[in-house]
Amino acid sequence: MADKKIRLKVLRQDSPDAGASKRWEEFDVDWHPQMNVISALMEVRKYPKTVDGKSVAPVVWESSCLEEVCGACTMLVNGKVRQACTALIDQLSPNGEPVTLAPMTKFPLVRDLVVDRSRMFNDLKKVHAWVQLDGVHELGPGPRQSQENQEEAYPLSRCMTCGCCLEACPQINDSSNFIGPSAINQVRLFNLHPSGKMHAAERLETLMGDDGVVGCGKAQNCVEVCPKEIPLVDSIARVSRDVTKHMLFGWLLK
Amino acid sequence: MAKKSVTKSESGKTRRVIVVGGGLAGLTTVIKLCEAGVPVDLFSLVPVKRSHSVCAQGGINASVNTKGEGDSPQVHLEETVYGGDFLANQPPVKGMADAAPGIVFMLDRMGVPFNRTPEGLLDFRRFGGTLFHRTAFAGATTGQQLLYALDEQVRRYETLDVEDDKGTAIRGEKMVRKFEFWDFLSIVKDEEGRARGIVAQDIKSMAIKAFRGDAVCVATGGPGIIFGRSTNSVINTGTAAAAVYQQGACYANGEFIQVHPTAIPGADKLRLISESARGEGGRVWVPKDPREKRRGRDVPQGDREYFLEDKYPGYGNLVPRDIASRELFLKCFHEKKGVFNAKSQKNENEVYLDLTHIPKEMLRKKLAGILEIYEKFVGEDPYENPMRVFPAVHYSMGGLWVDFERADNGSLVMGSPKNQSTNIEGLYACGEVDYQYHGANRLGANSLLSCIYAGLVTGPAMASYRQGLGKSSFDSSSTLFEAAEKREQKKWERITAMSGSENAFQIHEELGQTMLIDVTIERHNDRLDAVLSKIESLTDRSRKIAVLDSSGHANDNARFVRHLENMLVIARVIAQGARNRDESRGAHFKPAFGKDRNDAEWQRSTLALHRDNGDNNPGINFVRAFDYSLLGKTQNITDAVDLSLVTPRARRYETAGAASAVAQHKGDEPKGAASKESAASAE
Repeated sequence: MADKKIRLKVLRQDSPDAGASKRWEEFDVDWHPQMNVISALMEVRKYPKTVDGKSVAPVVWESSCLEEVCGACTMLVNGKVRQACTALIDQLSPNGEPVTLAPMTKFPLVRDLVVDRSRMFNDLKKVHAWVQLDGVHELGPGPRQSQENQEEAYPLSRCMTCGCCLEACPQINDSSNFIGPSAINQVRLFNLHPSGKMHAAERLETLMGDDGVVGCGKAQNCVEVCPKEIPLVDSIARVSRDVTKHMLFGWLLK
Repeated sequence: MAKKSVTKSESGKTRRVIVVGGGLAGLTTVIKLCEAGVPVDLFSLVPVKRSHSVCAQGGINASVNTKGEGDSPQVHLEETVYGGDFLANQPPVKGMADAAPGIVFMLDRMGVPFNRTPEGLLDFRRFGGTLFHRTAFAGATTGQQLLYALDEQVRRYETLDVEDDKGTAIRGEKMVRKFEFWDFLSIVKDEEGRARGIVAQDIKSMAIKAFRGDAVCVATGGPGIIFGRSTNSVINTGTAAAAVYQQGACYANGEFIQVHPTAIPGADKLRLISESARGEGGRVWVPKDPREKRRGRDVPQGDREYFLEDKYPGYGNLVPRDIASRELFLKCFHEKKGVFNAKSQKNENEVYLDLTHIPKEMLRKKLAGILEIYEKFVGEDPYENPMRVFPAVHYSMGGLWVDFERADNGSLVMGSPKNQSTNIEGLYACGEVDYQYHGANRLGANSLLSCIYAGLVTGPAMASYRQGLGKSSFDSSSTLFEAAEKREQKKWERITAMSGSENAFQIHEELGQTMLIDVTIERHNDRLDAVLSKIESLTDRSRKIAVLDSSGHANDNARFVRHLENMLVIARVIAQGARNRDESRGAHFKPAFGKDRNDAEWQRSTLALHRDNGDNNPGINFVRAFDYSLLGKTQNITDAVDLSLVTPRARRYETAGAASAVAQHKGDEPKGAASKESAASAE
């Protein structure tokens, strides 16, 4: 079927302060094998003409690796938050249904499908998501770790800071300052590491405020949408427990 | 005269340096600079956590020898230069191989969740071009895990204050300032040709701004997107390298482009299936009968042709990538024995990469990351069915020429300002963007290592340079920076005003096609001539592009035109370099000149310098030697390769152990003797 077309409905806006420019635009692109949302957008970019025949500016989106490991191309595809690169057209539109694309709603808009996720990176600073290294000079092998420990840490460490969990979380909204699942998961990760755990208390303390673990409403949406299947609910539960323990008994241990 | 302050310029400004690019190489450079007390401005097109290093899968090489095989950094050095067909300068490779175990330990200390042995030690697996288990790995997303670890360390420096010479914190000055979503445009040069800063563009507001820096490092990755679709991220256009090349930096060995044998096709990119699949026992085969219609899993052993194992009994499926890719190409393209596809009714250019004989539990623990990619994009279960793969452009061995200072022991002098210095004083380069570590062909799992090692070398080099620099860039005249800003602003205005009839993406597609067909696995001079004239015509057409977006906000369309112009420049350097080099060496294969190297004529680096003819038609000067100036001294550079540590010999991967004289010797000894020896040396 060489003449099969795919229709994309894209929610666009020219810039953050141009709310009036918010609009849906529809584009038809030729179907091709192994087509995903990104390759469809690439077709639109080549010849940006809406279905009404109007020439428009090419759609702007963010992407980099295109194999779901960098997190850049996260958006709402048919209303569901996910990476656009692994969104395969044949699965989304088996019978030629239109595919809708919209930017994430929990982050400030930049343009079209691009949003500003810098808060997530700032949150990583807030929770001290690192191992406190003495230096990169040679100090011999790192601490030994069991296979079990590695198998617990590795999945936690695959977080791409993509924003799916924040987008899906009902507690992330204008009237709450909840830090969100991804940063809490990082606390679990670093508090698991043999030398990272030496600073566990410091990290737990960053989650004691009203933006910390208490913000979680246990909706469990995060774990549903995480593309890397990180056990986020489990991470929040464990970190909450550690935060509570630290609040109650932390001073005794000092 | 009082001792000059290192942290403050005479006018009282904090003396920062600039690193462009936040992948493994850039981040490591930043960390080393911070450890030396040098504050850094870090620029990146994407949040650094999304850099292309994230795509690396299989692992990182280090001869830790925990498996008692007799591996050592010496063997690693020998195998790397042999795999690179003796085009790499050997002292930097020795430095890298020697440092490798320490680098992996450092990463482990940072928290990289490397796979473990039952005893809790780091696990190692096999990779191409070696018989040893030398590759440390974190599942099959090692690059991601390494990048994250370095990113975390750099983030920590974002929170730390700069201290003055007395150790007092300078208010408001952090050790690292990140400029993410900034596109590098050019360096700012002073009257003497020294790099004094950069001009970059905020890709959201489109503002163009000059930044001062006492030294500049580009760690901006490879140029894979020149080939259209490749295993590279879409950001890898090589634009920064092209920009500084046009400002006088030498580009070396551009013609050496690595084609990875195993990738999966896609409309937007070709996704890599890591060499670690073969390192863990994966086998490559095609059906003996090219008309074979049964599914891969249903083809009995006797009807399969394991062509790599047959031809290279020594290294089998783990021959280096240049060789594996050529064999796949031969099988599919020349012999037409690629896997038959029922849908298209023809033999596709695909072979089977088979893991189905390996226990699923092991695959899950060691390779899940790549098998997930195959499953998601192809829609087939690689645990049950052999994967269908084909070669794809993957890595550039060539890149910006960089210097090194050789130590008496054959390694590098750490802290020398010469290391990783380009021929523009004050401009450094490291990572895939440099040409230094891989010669004519890179061994798998050496890229993560070379990026990090180069970063460990570049940081101290830049710190020394800053210390030796007479006048700080922060005391340079502001007209220098204003002029550079104006120059780039004018260029940008020229682009946004383009209203011709050509389409930038169409031109890019044609460029990719021509480069992919004729400048990859097999190269022929008549075809390369055609490529060069095609590039010329595309360059002409690129001047008549219509820019489709007039927005002054997040205008990706106009920005792509700039990247395209730069891609055309480097495409020419690559194609012309290939045209000139009449021999076969590593990834550069010219059937008309036989299968082997021509050392008498071509045991030398290709050195390309931009020639501005003052018109619209710049040229390339290929030179045998040049001079450059560094901290008041003139350096005389030639194209000779430093072969002082391992004597060149022909590559023969048919024989086990051929890649290392030391390892070969070890292999001769009975097993008991070898373990006795290692026990003795441990005492």
